Amino acid sequence: MSDIGTPPYVVNIGPQHPSTHGVFRLKVTLDGERIIDAEMVLGYLHRSMEKLAEERTYTQNIPFTDRMDYLAAMTGNLGYCLSAEKLAGVEVPERASYLRVIFAELQRIASHCMANGTFVNDCGAWQTPLMYMFREREKILDLFEMTCGARLTTNYMRIGGVAFDVPDEWYPSINKLMAEMPDRISEYEEMLHDNEILLARSRDVGVLKPDVAINASVSGPVLRGCGIAWDIRKADPYCVYDRMDFDIPVGHNGDCFDRFLVRLEEMRQSVRIIKQALEQLPGGPVTTPVPLALRPDPGEAYVRIESPKGELGFYLASDGGPAPYRWHVRSPSFINLSVLKELSVGLSIADAIVTLGSLDINVGEIDR
Amino acid sequence: MRAVVAAWYDFDPFHELYEWIGDVTSSEELVYVIIAVVGATGILSFVGLGALANVWLERKIIGRIQVRRGPNRVGPGGLLQPVADAIKLIQKEVLQPRASDGKLYNLPPILVFIPAMLTFAVFAWAPDMVYADLNVGVLYLLALSSVTSLAIFMAGWASNNKYALLGAMRVIAMAVSYEIPMVLALLAPVLFTGTMSIPGIVDFQRTNDIWLAFMLPLPVFIYAISATAELNRTPADIAEAESEIVAGFHTEYSGMKFGLFYAVELINSLAVSGILASLFFGGYSLFGIDEYIPPWIIFIGKIYFFYFGLIWLRGTWPRLRIDQLMAFSWKMLIPLALINIAVVSAEVLIWRLNEFDSWIFWVYALMNIVMMFVLLQFFFTMLTKNYYRLPRRATLIHDVSVPSLPAPTFTQGGNA
Repeated sequence: MSDIGTPPYVVNIGPQHPSTHGVFRLKVTLDGERIIDAEMVLGYLHRSMEKLAEERTYTQNIPFTDRMDYLAAMTGNLGYCLSAEKLAGVEVPERASYLRVIFAELQRIASHCMANGTFVNDCGAWQTPLMYMFREREKILDLFEMTCGARLTTNYMRIGGVAFDVPDEWYPSINKLMAEMPDRISEYEEMLHDNEILLARSRDVGVLKPDVAINASVSGPVLRGCGIAWDIRKADPYCVYDRMDFDIPVGHNGDCFDRFLVRLEEMRQSVRIIKQALEQLPGGPVTTPVPLALRPDPGEAYVRIESPKGELGFYLASDGGPAPYRWHVRSPSFINLSVLKELSVGLSIADAIVTLGSLDINVGEIDR
Repeated sequence: MRAVVAAWYDFDPFHELYEWIGDVTSSEELVYVIIAVVGATGILSFVGLGALANVWLERKIIGRIQVRRGPNRVGPGGLLQPVADAIKLIQKEVLQPRASDGKLYNLPPILVFIPAMLTFAVFAWAPDMVYADLNVGVLYLLALSSVTSLAIFMAGWASNNKYALLGAMRVIAMAVSYEIPMVLALLAPVLFTGTMSIPGIVDFQRTNDIWLAFMLPLPVFIYAISATAELNRTPADIAEAESEIVAGFHTEYSGMKFGLFYAVELINSLAVSGILASLFFGGYSLFGIDEYIPPWIIFIGKIYFFYFGLIWLRGTWPRLRIDQLMAFSWKMLIPLALINIAVVSAEVLIWRLNEFDSWIFWVYALMNIVMMFVLLQFFFTMLTKNYYRLPRRATLIHDVSVPSLPAPTFTQGGNA
């Protein structure tokens, strides 16, 4: 075929395209259907959050973190509050730490539902797996709404704890959800594990080698998909994760299907963590009083957490004023995306879309 | 000419009307023209209303498959939703890209619509309700299905859009690959019945009291798959492939021009269901029950039975990649169809030479069903063995462990 020779041509995938998960643009040079070059163009959703934060108090910055990874607002809140607490030396009550773990894990399930659902959509399914996963995601969002009134941009965590204690009707709801969740995850597995078309589309497609992954600083399910057992919750525990018993799921081959499997299994592990946290949940206050205009001593703090997308790091520097001197976010989507070119050159356009879907990017987090 | 009138006698009032016109004008040509117009109107209104009903059915059934309710706001149970959709599409401005290829751009929506409508002319709705009893009916159907591919290619080319061009490219590749198993699959019933006329094939099934699907299970399977591919429905909707090339060949079409493409997809689904029903599943006959129920209701019921199957496929399967789809045709469907044609020819030869009674059909049915299962199992195992070599569950590791790895190697130009 190669000696026939077709002139290469450039196709823009995005910024307005159904499968780019936001306004991400991939400029691909095609030879027929095969990608011979790919260029990523970012910045269509840049809102200058890190700069804006320098004009606002530490508490006022919390809503920005909702809008970074808007599919995992709770973990964004958590990471930022942990870094501000580390900077100001604030102690968090035990109950608040447990609630943070519970909500972060609920958010992980919701985010992975979304990631896996849209991944199968990218493989060409007519929304069906996505709708099944949305059913459980809705219940999780209902739990959020019960607690803090918001479903997507929760703005729930505060420096020194969480904003509200959970209401009484929350306990039966979460217990019911946690009781049925393992069955639901098994249902997704039954639907998708033996699906020849899904296997054909995602097995051996977009294989990420462990050495490349580590060198590119990839984290989260994408890293675990290529067989490396690395999880911040175990490697550098925060909140009360050191008291929880859970496993790290890893893939075998590093392909798109392995990333999908890792996310599916992580949902099970999250259910495990939530069940343990609910058992151990102590009473007491959910927040410590912290001055609204917090003025930490000059210094800097860096905290990393395991967000659904990977290692989410928050760097805060203070000059003693009420607003951060500098705020930087290490967003996992951005860094995971850096391997896309490595993965997609040589694939067909259909495979590149599947690979992009399996990386589970969130443009709100990439561009900030 | 009265015989032609008799062919449409099924509705008594019309019958009297024809008689009366014939008596009054004493012009047989006029009667013929009126019959043609009335017949065409009947079929076209079924197709038109069917397309509207299909929009509702498809959305409602897919809604149920996806654990949601589907349209339920406009009218009782969302029944008026397709009407609302149609009004919306008619109202919308029709945009034409400046760089598009003028006339060639406007032609495809019409060109794709005509063969879709024409397909219904040859169906046998009841013993005497046949609009056009062509003696090359099967050939006619195959010819019409190829025209659709051509129109889609025109649309993709004339749009002057890269996504559309990719879609058009895929359609041609797919048409070339899937016409062959389709023709070979439809050859089997023709061989068995010795006629290409659709009413003739239905009549064969009715008189012998057996559906060709029992005798020819493999062609049913092959035809259903290749027809789904020709229809551009999942798992073979690579021509429009929403997640990859936006909307494929109809990316640049808006308003009612897009609406025609959309309607054609639904009408063609009906046509494919109709072909399946008449060639393989006995058409309007239903083991004697057609004595009590009007046969055309049975036929429409069968059409919708298969249409439900098509909706089900769309609701459950992801899409194949284009090379996998091609491989599936060339590596699986075409060999299967060739084997099947050889076997069927031998069977027909034995049957004709020995002048066996119709009991032989049941022997053939048993043989062919066994053959189908053996062949399918063999081909499926061969085609999918690669995907099952690794476990389909993630491994669980309790503690963090990072292996020490050699320095990474990058491909040329990698920016990882």
